[in-house]
Amino acid sequence: MTRHNEIDCDVLVVGAGPAGLSAASELRALGVVRVLVLEREAQAGGVPRHCHHTGFGLRDLHRLLSGPSYADELVRRALASGVQILTATTVTSLEKNGQAHATNSSGVHDITSRAVLLASGARERPRSARLVAGDRPPGVFTTGQLQQWVYGKGLPVGTRALVIGAEHVSFSAMMTLRHAHVKPVALVTDLEEHQSVAPFAFAARRFFGVPVWTSTRVVAINGQQRVREVVLEDVRTGAHRVEAVDVVVFSGDWIPDYELARRLGVELDAGTLGPASDDGGRTSVASFYAAGNLLHPVETADVAALRAREVARALVKDLANDSTSSSHDQIAVRVEAPLSWAWPNRFDPLSPVSRVALRAKTFSGSRLLVARQDGREIGRERVGRIVPNRSLSVAGAFLAVADPGRGPVTLSLG
Amino acid sequence: MTQGIVRDTPYDVAVIGAGVVGCAIARELARYEVSVVVLERSGDVGNGTSKANTAILHTGFDCVPGSLESSLVSRGYHLLGAYAEEAGIALERTGGLLVAWDDEQQAALTSLQEKAEKNGYDATQILSAAQVRDREPNLGEGVRGGLAVPGESIICPWSTVLAYALEAASAGVSFLLNAQVTGVARVEGLHVLATGQGDVRSRWLVNAAGLFSSDVDGLCDHDDFTVTPRRGELVVFDKLARDLITSIILPVPTQRTKGVLIAPTVYGNVLLGPTADDVDDPFATATTEQGITRLFEAARKVVPKLVDEEVTATYAGLRAATQFQDYQIRVHAGEAYVCVGGIRSTGLTASMAIAEYVTGLLGDEGLELTARMLVPETPDMAPLGEQQLRRYLDAAAIGRDPAYGQVVCHCERVTQGEIRDACTGVLGANDLGALRRRTRAMNGRCQGFYCGAEVVALLSELSGRSPAALTGLDS
Ligand SMILES: Cc1cc2nc3c(=O)[nH]c(=O)nc-3n(C[C@H](O)[C@H](O)[C@H](O)COP(=O)(O)OP(=O)(O)OC[C@H]3O[C@@H](n4cnc5c(N)ncnc54)[C@H](O)[C@@H]3O)c2cc1C
Ligand SMILES: Cc1cc2nc3c(=O)[nH]c(=O)nc-3n(C[C@H](O)[C@H](O)[C@H](O)COP(=O)(O)OP(=O)(O)OC[C@H]3O[C@@H](n4cnc5c(N)ncnc54)[C@H](O)[C@@H]3O)c2cc1C
Repeated sequence: MTRHNEIDCDVLVVGAGPAGLSAASELRALGVVRVLVLEREAQAGGVPRHCHHTGFGLRDLHRLLSGPSYADELVRRALASGVQILTATTVTSLEKNGQAHATNSSGVHDITSRAVLLASGARERPRSARLVAGDRPPGVFTTGQLQQWVYGKGLPVGTRALVIGAEHVSFSAMMTLRHAHVKPVALVTDLEEHQSVAPFAFAARRFFGVPVWTSTRVVAINGQQRVREVVLEDVRTGAHRVEAVDVVVFSGDWIPDYELARRLGVELDAGTLGPASDDGGRTSVASFYAAGNLLHPVETADVAALRAREVARALVKDLANDSTSSSHDQIAVRVEAPLSWAWPNRFDPLSPVSRVALRAKTFSGSRLLVARQDGREIGRERVGRIVPNRSLSVAGAFLAVADPGRGPVTLSLG
Repeated sequence: MTQGIVRDTPYDVAVIGAGVVGCAIARELARYEVSVVVLERSGDVGNGTSKANTAILHTGFDCVPGSLESSLVSRGYHLLGAYAEEAGIALERTGGLLVAWDDEQQAALTSLQEKAEKNGYDATQILSAAQVRDREPNLGEGVRGGLAVPGESIICPWSTVLAYALEAASAGVSFLLNAQVTGVARVEGLHVLATGQGDVRSRWLVNAAGLFSSDVDGLCDHDDFTVTPRRGELVVFDKLARDLITSIILPVPTQRTKGVLIAPTVYGNVLLGPTADDVDDPFATATTEQGITRLFEAARKVVPKLVDEEVTATYAGLRAATQFQDYQIRVHAGEAYVCVGGIRSTGLTASMAIAEYVTGLLGDEGLELTARMLVPETPDMAPLGEQQLRRYLDAAAIGRDPAYGQVVCHCERVTQGEIRDACTGVLGANDLGALRRRTRAMNGRCQGFYCGAEVVALLSELSGRSPAALTGLDS
């Protein structure tokens, strides 16, 4: 067998999306010498490379950019700060001793480092994962696939489309369809309202004539050579109807790309499905950190980037202290329905948690968030209007009084 | 290789249908000095029932003793097992475990063991509930006992058909794709087969048309059986579920079906299914909400943790069930016609034995079988199995050809070199389905979120077909 190549660095970053690139730049700025980012795509930049609309960079770069310009800027900054980026290089597995294995066209590589930061992102659940029945013809997309199809390769899409989902990204899918001269017939959500911001839904309806069909569920897709129609159900009445389209875009419904983490043995949080971690991105395995949409899907790119910088700072602190801290012995944060997750979902009561991000499955007005430990209330906090598929942020001070000996903290809506 | 060209001189044998059965027959005949053409309605080999099954290499332990199926399955098991090793077709000898969940099923284990012995398989072993749990700790509550069937194995069904076809083609067998046979006439002792690509003439005719074997039988003026498609729906779970089971978990079978099983696949997924519902449309390969719901209910009891895992794909296949229990293989000697129908739920396993048997029948009836001087070479199939050395991990292969280090489909880790290989040469892929079956590209958990556009562009470039044609927009 041909030998593997050996590479050594201080910190290995897996994934050159906004999170990985921002963390890598921050690591360099904090004095880490050899920062290596491995990216499996031919170009660094992550998902924004394919989002040809504006809306990137406001919180981290303090200006509004298109996805590709934003991605380019992050790559430029990383390279300028001395980060080494290897593209077209797939990290194939990780070991608890810190070894990583990767493949590219020059061979198979074994990489050693002092710490590994996972920033592998998130993907949209495709039709099959949502258990939509029927035939399996071409014409079924996810937004991510559609955007590469249209902007990346200029491939033909079809003529009439339904977008499944009505969160931010669903409106992005609608715009991509229009750009490709495909008629978006409607956005379809089984919830009782869309989950984006009012101006998006208003503009879709008013300027593009695209309604949001609420309380509507996709039952099946029919068509042998090509999508012919979609069977829809009114979830309130159970009534079925059929819509003739040749394109279906499944948008949103994100899931972290946790394969490497899970195979390594990193504990996943039952809510986010990302690695269970504290706000420093420490996972349950020492020396392995996580950042970006891998932790909790999905935030906007700038939020992912800013939080990744915090992870970089925590990582550098641990390296300096020679500490091998992990989230393993920390206090877990659990949620009760209708909350679906909270992050950070692990914390160390000795270091304050500044903010907690939350998600819920159902709409609701302003509510009280109640934190309990071992059945006892340890804090409460008022939260604003709750919209599924959008994060809510609350100050994390109430976690400071948790007692490490009393097990997990449970958050519920009072 | 004369893919797509109709020639004037008659062939010795025409085989209708390039499923696993038709291709196995072509491969077997190719070992003799016989000219053979395979006529296939679809654009690829193995694009019918043979692409959508449970992918198990059965020992035949639960066949009807004394049936033709029983003898061909147990012989086919050994033949294909050996061939797979030789051709590099992914195969894992995981063993099967039949689990009893109530007294009645527990009582049935002994008779199943006896039945296995009558089928010539004597390696089964009755296990206590504790032994079953020991082997499969993730089984649900209520296990009463089990029967171990150590020989049951899993195999790559796509590489199997392709290997047969490639071997046959390399020995001179012609494959006419997109050539549905719509009429059969007897003219001057020859079969004249009408296809959209012109008439094909042959001395002998083999009907291996699967779900359509009774229709083709009709074209030959026979009406010996009727096929009623029996749909089987299946769910493929994410590879991260693979560690939940070690072997093929089987229920106690009923008269009608082998029942819903939970099996690993050679690609490292977990398969749940199949259901069994009679349908009247031989194209009804859609999945249904009810079918998938039923499968999840079954899984919830058998391996409860499975239902929390992500689903990678769902699909359905149609068994060519007839009014009879057994295979319907008949020679019509005077007409130089062999019908190979009713190959219902074990055809993948039995394929090589069916081929041997059918070739024997043809020989008995007068087809001259002279062994070729040059034995056709066994093809070397691309390693698709997780237990094989996949290209992306093969430093030597990447050293020789850097395209094996360039991953295109990230979920399945399919490289550009593999996609190129699959599209080039004899029987190369020229549609997405064919590419997926040859490489697994786009078959993973993201179903094209990351690589869909790239794969379609690449396939278009390699096959010369437009993206619109590849995605059904041109018809
Ligand atoms: C259609 C759409 C529209 C959007 N619109 C906006 C918007 O307007 N504004 C906004 O701020 N945000 C938007 N977002 C969200 C934004 O793109 C994400 O928040 C951001 O990309 C998250 O960054 P990340 O680094 O966590 O993940 P990603 O961008 O997904 O990056 C992960 C990277 O890791 C790489 N990778 C994964 N596994 C491996 C491996 N094993 N080896 C090597 N590399 C690997 C991937 O190839 C990828 O490049 C949008 C997203 C989508 C899909
Ligand atoms: C759900 C399910 C699970 C199964 N599981 C297993 C298993 O685990 N193990 C196992 O061994 N077996 C299994 N089987 C059975 C196995 O898949 C079949 O027995 C086998 O694939 C049948 O192969 P075939 O070549 O006869 O049919 P097919 O694969 O259907 O091939 C017939 C071909 O004939 C072509 N054709 C039809 N009419 C014409 C015409 N007029 N002109 C030209 N071409 C024509 C069709 O296009 C088709 O390609 C399963 C089957 C199903 C449905």
